[in-house]
Amino acid sequence: MPERVRAGVVGASGYIGGELLRLLLGHPHVEVATATSTRLAGRRVDTAHPNLRGVTDLAFVSPESLEPVDVLFLATPHKQTMARMPEFLGLAGQVVDLSADFRLRDPAAFARYYGEPHTAPGLLDGFACGLPELHRKELADADRISVPGCMATAAILALAPAVELIEPDVIVDARTGSSGSGATAGPANTHAERSGALRVFAPTGHRHEAEIAQATGLSVRMTATGVEAVRGVQVLCHVRLVEGVGERDLWRAYRERYAVEPFVRLVAQRRGPHRLPDPKILSGSNFCDVGFATDGQGRATLVAALDNLVKGGAGGAVQSFNVRRGWPERTGLAFPGLHPV
Amino acid sequence: MISCPECEGAVALAEPPHLNEIVACPECAGELEVVGVDPVALAPAPEVEEDWGE
Repeated sequence: MPERVRAGVVGASGYIGGELLRLLLGHPHVEVATATSTRLAGRRVDTAHPNLRGVTDLAFVSPESLEPVDVLFLATPHKQTMARMPEFLGLAGQVVDLSADFRLRDPAAFARYYGEPHTAPGLLDGFACGLPELHRKELADADRISVPGCMATAAILALAPAVELIEPDVIVDARTGSSGSGATAGPANTHAERSGALRVFAPTGHRHEAEIAQATGLSVRMTATGVEAVRGVQVLCHVRLVEGVGERDLWRAYRERYAVEPFVRLVAQRRGPHRLPDPKILSGSNFCDVGFATDGQGRATLVAALDNLVKGGAGGAVQSFNVRRGWPERTGLAFPGLHPV
Repeated sequence: MISCPECEGAVALAEPPHLNEIVACPECAGELEVVGVDPVALAPAPEVEEDWGE
């Protein structure tokens, strides 16, 4: 009988919560014991996530009815999660947080980017970063995991192999699908306003700047644009190469860094329609594709793409939890994506 | 196996290789021409650029 742990998903009616349920319900070592929703308590989870019809009979419960489990996955809103974290830590031996509240080590940086002071700064150091490609060793015994933001994940994976080969000032131009803004309706995301839009919603100073800078040590300026897609993130990192560095050096660095990674693929091809990473073919998968191109004059564009709800959220959380439990990282995450889609 | 002159990926050639044969690098997908056989040498093959944006 394989080992099975009891899991709870808090904030399970949102898009990230739905993806957590989809992945955990298919995970051979996890039993989803509870899924909470303030708004939909008492309703079946497939009312919010119709793709789960016939997969589960679970119904949402109120967050106040949470009972102890082995692991809690938190898909709760930024700023609210930190207020309830002591309660969550008392309910589960392991907590995997997908909110932004425990990503930044520096409470001053949190206050600067999120507009209010951190209410649990004493807990910040206790969280390991849920990005196995950079933090596998810490994750192996981490009981508190904080999963990075979707655009931050893409940018960090694009930049990490090149940190020693580029000048420290980088510009990250990120594009994201509409699911990144959540499942709550508002005047900015009606079909009439959103369809066909290329909305530069963060022309400067996007919050994920701080996460990317923290992970890479680089000085980062970031823009973010909402595009027509529902799922998907693509980042273009515009960099200047250190004197003497060329494309072959980038090939060596990326190969060396990602040769054995289960979910990072090097995509930098010279022919065909799929030359550089494109989130279109990654929908539903836990892959992050990374690549690059140089201009031969000292500049390069480093590119990464992923599904914001999977590798940039629920999949990254499950992969990190797999590392923590000592299970193969691909467990429950084998879906390769669709083509065409 | 021989290294791709563009990305240093490992490229497999027919045995024996043929002069002017075109092969593709499995890593960067670049088209390569066998420009020498003794010793074996590869060079990027001329290609028509695609233009998607104008």
